[in-house]
Amino acid sequence: MRLLGMVLAVTLGCVSPSAGSAQAQGDGPLRIEITEGVIEPLPFALPVFQAETADAPGLAAQISQVVSADLSGTGLFREIPATAFISTVSNFADPVQYADWKAINAQALITGAVAVQGNQLTVKFRLYDVFSGAEMGSGLQFTGTPDGWRRMAHKVADAVYSRITGEGGYFDSRVVFVSETGNKDARQKRLAIMDYDGANVQYLTDSSAIVLAPRFSPSGDRVLYTSYETGFPRIYVLDVGSVQRRVLESQDGTMSFAPRFAPDGQNIVFSLSQGGNTDIFAMNVAGGGATRLTSAPSIETAPSFSPDGSQIVFESDRSGSQQLYIMPASGGEARRISFGPGRYGTPVWSPRGDLIAFTKQNSGRFHIGVMRTDGAEERLLTASFLDEGPTWAPNGRVIMFTRESQGAGGRSSLYSVDISGRNLRPVRTPDGGSDPSWSPLQK
Amino acid sequence: MKPTAKIILLVAGLALAACTNPGRFGADGTAGGIGAGGGAIVPGSANDPTSAAYFNQTIGDRVLFAVDQSNLTDEGRVVLDGQANWLLTNTDFTAIIEGHADEQGTREYNVALGARRANSVMEYLVSKGVAGNRLRTVSYGKERPIEICSNEACYAKNRRAVTVLAGGLTG
Repeated sequence: MRLLGMVLAVTLGCVSPSAGSAQAQGDGPLRIEITEGVIEPLPFALPVFQAETADAPGLAAQISQVVSADLSGTGLFREIPATAFISTVSNFADPVQYADWKAINAQALITGAVAVQGNQLTVKFRLYDVFSGAEMGSGLQFTGTPDGWRRMAHKVADAVYSRITGEGGYFDSRVVFVSETGNKDARQKRLAIMDYDGANVQYLTDSSAIVLAPRFSPSGDRVLYTSYETGFPRIYVLDVGSVQRRVLESQDGTMSFAPRFAPDGQNIVFSLSQGGNTDIFAMNVAGGGATRLTSAPSIETAPSFSPDGSQIVFESDRSGSQQLYIMPASGGEARRISFGPGRYGTPVWSPRGDLIAFTKQNSGRFHIGVMRTDGAEERLLTASFLDEGPTWAPNGRVIMFTRESQGAGGRSSLYSVDISGRNLRPVRTPDGGSDPSWSPLQK
Repeated sequence: MKPTAKIILLVAGLALAACTNPGRFGADGTAGGIGAGGGAIVPGSANDPTSAAYFNQTIGDRVLFAVDQSNLTDEGRVVLDGQANWLLTNTDFTAIIEGHADEQGTREYNVALGARRANSVMEYLVSKGVAGNRLRTVSYGKERPIEICSNEACYAKNRRAVTVLAGGLTG
């Protein structure tokens, strides 16, 4: 077998910082520009990855399926069913019969091989641009343990997505959210974490107290959230690995909520309510006093840092209704950026820095939308009885949010949508779900 | 204090344990049931004017608000005048004022809005002479509706501040 051009050893759980660094190739014909208008999904063929060892066929099939699901789930790719294949790929190292794949209009061909040796799982793949008759980028190899097979599949899909779109991937990521059961008047909530596609759900708290609006730290190792475990809303930090939690603010006679990390992972901002008035404060997550950032008699909440940490976007009803404002991270004069009809809340700065996602309430409907950081080019991506709480995929191209259905049997679910407004789809969760926060891409 | 009065207070205090269960979130307190016939006062029941049940049912434990508002209505002030008088008479009790919002709003904004509503009630009660250190506020935002339909009939009842009695037995 020819040596792969590039070998990445990714020990899952023990981090290799170079993983996932695959870059898109030059301007070949196989390219999806995500920013373009209407997109016809790009047809791809993904023959089940070859099993190179006797006990690999099961994992090879599962990995192939997850890679396909990741790509198809973007709405940018369409899988060609295996029943249409003319060629079979019997050996990962064999040359590709481009004519056979062209004949079924497969623009991209993804081949792979899976080997299990003891407690080591190795996954290799190659991406071919069928119509150019050439391999796109070099083959990649990932090594880990068999129980990390899903992450390895996501890394393969991230590399394919990244090469074809020129954007960063987002499949090897997690989502922390609030898992919900029970009717509206008896709702039980607990924090949960899962892979971006709904797999591997774990619960981080029990449902003895209301929990709200978790947010990942910039490295994904900790979660900030609000809990009523003392009977009053208080902000907490929870270590994802140990599931240990610690209250951050417990000043008597106050309520604290809406905590978010600064990009440095050390400082946080949050809302503190005193005497009926809610303002934004900052503090160090390690402890110490809180610094006031706003001082207005209006409601100031839902802060979100710019990726460079220099500014904070937040919502305030200082004008008489909920609107979006940006102020320096140290506080000070704020400028209003939302001016359309209706109310705007829950602003979240894109990880790319270019856009702000928000919830908009207008004429009895709720929308998830995006605007530029100066408020220009507002675009509404969704509309329903109740959509709220956007969170960005690590590549800034997809938004996940909460959708609650109407009436006595109303339920909360997670949905995702492209920033183009296309590809609206439910995210699978075991029970109801709300308040998602998307992690950065895992290392 | 007469021995019987002391017993009534004690029983009222015990009944409160049920009334202040945080799982109830301001649902109508009916501890003790109403009336025992013959006009006898059943301690802790709604016809015992020193009971939480009486406070909840006869005085009225809640006030309602207009959409996105936290200012008190005229009807609300009448209820709160009654609450203030009752609290000034029944000084063993403390209260937590819960602010709530309907579902037409984003989650964290509604927590802040509920805090405003609870504070409106607290400020009014204090202005009527109730000691501020007997009162606390908490906001549940839109997390604990009592009515679950998605129209104004339900929303109007969910935009509320509920005075939930606690304590007692301190004398």
